[in-house]
Amino acid sequence: MRVETELTRKRLAGPGGTDGDRGTSGQEGVPPLLIKPTRGWAALNLRDLWHYRELLYFMTWRDVKVRYKQTAIGAAWAVLQPFLTMVVFSVIFGRLAKVPSDGVPYPVFSFSALLPWTFFATAITQAGTSLVTNINLVSKVYFPRLIVPTAGVLVGIVDFAVAFVVLFGMMLFYGIVPGIAVLTLPLFVLLAFMTALGISLWLSALNVKYRDIRYTIPFLTQFWLFVTPVAYPSSMIPEQWRLLYGLNPMAGVVEGFRWALLGSERAPGGMILVSAAVVVVLFVGGLFYFRRMEREFADVI
Amino acid sequence: MMSEIAIRVEDLGKRYRIGGPKEAYGTLRDSLVSLAKVPLRAVQRGRANGHREFWALRDVSFEVKRGEVLGVIGRNGAGKSTLLKILSRITEPTTGYAEIRGRVGSLLEVGTGFHPELTGRENIYLNGAILGMKKAEIDRAFDEIVEFAEIEKFLDTPVKRYSSGMYMRLAFSIAAHLEPEILIVDEVLAVGDATFQKKCLGKMGDVAKQGRTVLFVSHNMAAVQRLCTKCMLLADGSVQVQGDVHHVVHDYVDGTRSTIRSSYQLIESSQLGGKAFLEHAAVVNSKGKVTDSVLFGEPFAVRMIWQNLCDIPGLSYAIRIFDMHDRLITAVNSIDTSLSIASRGKYVVECRVNHNMFPPGDYRISIGGYIRPHSSIHVVDNCIVLSISKMAYSKDYQYNISGDPAVAVLGHWSIHS
Repeated sequence: MRVETELTRKRLAGPGGTDGDRGTSGQEGVPPLLIKPTRGWAALNLRDLWHYRELLYFMTWRDVKVRYKQTAIGAAWAVLQPFLTMVVFSVIFGRLAKVPSDGVPYPVFSFSALLPWTFFATAITQAGTSLVTNINLVSKVYFPRLIVPTAGVLVGIVDFAVAFVVLFGMMLFYGIVPGIAVLTLPLFVLLAFMTALGISLWLSALNVKYRDIRYTIPFLTQFWLFVTPVAYPSSMIPEQWRLLYGLNPMAGVVEGFRWALLGSERAPGGMILVSAAVVVVLFVGGLFYFRRMEREFADVI
Repeated sequence: MMSEIAIRVEDLGKRYRIGGPKEAYGTLRDSLVSLAKVPLRAVQRGRANGHREFWALRDVSFEVKRGEVLGVIGRNGAGKSTLLKILSRITEPTTGYAEIRGRVGSLLEVGTGFHPELTGRENIYLNGAILGMKKAEIDRAFDEIVEFAEIEKFLDTPVKRYSSGMYMRLAFSIAAHLEPEILIVDEVLAVGDATFQKKCLGKMGDVAKQGRTVLFVSHNMAAVQRLCTKCMLLADGSVQVQGDVHHVVHDYVDGTRSTIRSSYQLIESSQLGGKAFLEHAAVVNSKGKVTDSVLFGEPFAVRMIWQNLCDIPGLSYAIRIFDMHDRLITAVNSIDTSLSIASRGKYVVECRVNHNMFPPGDYRISIGGYIRPHSSIHVVDNCIVLSISKMAYSKDYQYNISGDPAVAVLGHWSIHS
């Protein structure tokens, strides 16, 4: 039941096609922009998104620039947060509670999971409230709203990249050489990105109408950390429950990271497939929910 | 002939729901309250569709030809902003459609998306991108933007350190270099100093002369008359008149004059649902008589009857006086004084103006009760009219000034040898 009557942009070039080719001579035969009510589910309108790709870049760039303005240690925060968490985890879970770590030194074991986890947690915190933080834009200018949460998640990627350097340092220190599996790492980064964006789409769209979401997010990330194998290996979960465990997409992401980087003996196949399937559902569902709610954003926000 | 038309609007309508999920919350307390209300609300929604509907815009149709400058005027709440929001694609219409031929640049607010921490240079790129410009276009227009805004020296300073004038100049300058085929402008000229306003109006005039289409919403009748080639008057969400600029502006000014009465009487209080309401309001002259016309220079008072349904700590009153061009002439707030009546009951509240410096003419008075700083208790826009006659309060004095002075005083002349 998809009725594609959303703002049907039929123009050949979007507003202001790249260069001077939009002179008056080009006016003839360029179909007009039609603004009318939409009903039901809206199409994605990829052309519009593509047209505004530079805005996505500028919004991400803005958030990256502004993020650590007027902080004393700047981007070091990106490293410090997962690093200190790793230290605490190593002492409490590694030393005191003697949580097994699949034969890898516990600090590396937890840090390799804290990387995607920190990315995910900051991304949904930032992007989940992003529409409301950018309220002045949403209520005063038109642009594809999808750009706002997407930029929010992309900002996290920058922190992620910085913290990654530290992981390599640690692996060097412990003499861990990744195997051929490291080639699959980009796939897991993508999976982490899609998970974060998928969740953010839902949260940000809901937050426009229900500001409760803002207060739910800290609780959600805390809760989620416990059900994700960050401090403990997923091998602690009984075999028969692993697939079910995979319903938590971050479980798949984290285990994937560990496998790709640290080369645990065998690939955690089934669980990751379940996680990937959940991510796809979350992501696609999020996209459509977001698009459906989008038309009300300016009125409700 | 079809390509001559830049904007065609057919039966456009926009419905809002009042109450229900449209309640604006923002503070922690409000959120908790709303959190508590969630289950309740679900029940209410299930039981009956309790939303009241409100059409901000109804059956609006018009056409704008390429190169025309259409002025849109009307009182606050007439639907002007809603119309612009629909045409800028920020919100969707409920009915009808609009057809737009050409690239649209819309300026509903100058400086949207400026980030205070970023420098002028960075904000030019960010704001340009937000307004829909490509990086290449911004590069090309960059020097011109900086020059028009006169901020060369502060290009690498964060805009949070800018003066408000610099901020506005930069913001307008970026928007002015957007070079759209259709420009949609909402009242952006209401800000900034006189020189800058003049510069902006000049730039808008240039845009129009270049054969671009402009849709201009304003309360500034002088600017509308100067810039626009066509005008449309909106009232209660629909088109009242459209056509010749002078006719429409005239209708508007006349209309405002005749629709408000000299005294105000609340008819139905039950649907207000507030904690207090304004029951009656009128202007009284220096002799204490209710009137709609006060002599030039004569002290007068606005007398109101307020009914407080419960104790309202922090209740204050405000009176705003506008001229017929919708310019705010003055505002008086009881919060500036020690006056306070917070308890339940019926009160006669009077605000005396001892120094009447209003030039002869007609004025509109809006009255409101507030709990500062956020919530309004009962606000009546265009509540009563006040007209100041040319006859002066002191004998052997006749007001004969032509032109449009901001204030008018009684001069006490004397000659000595």
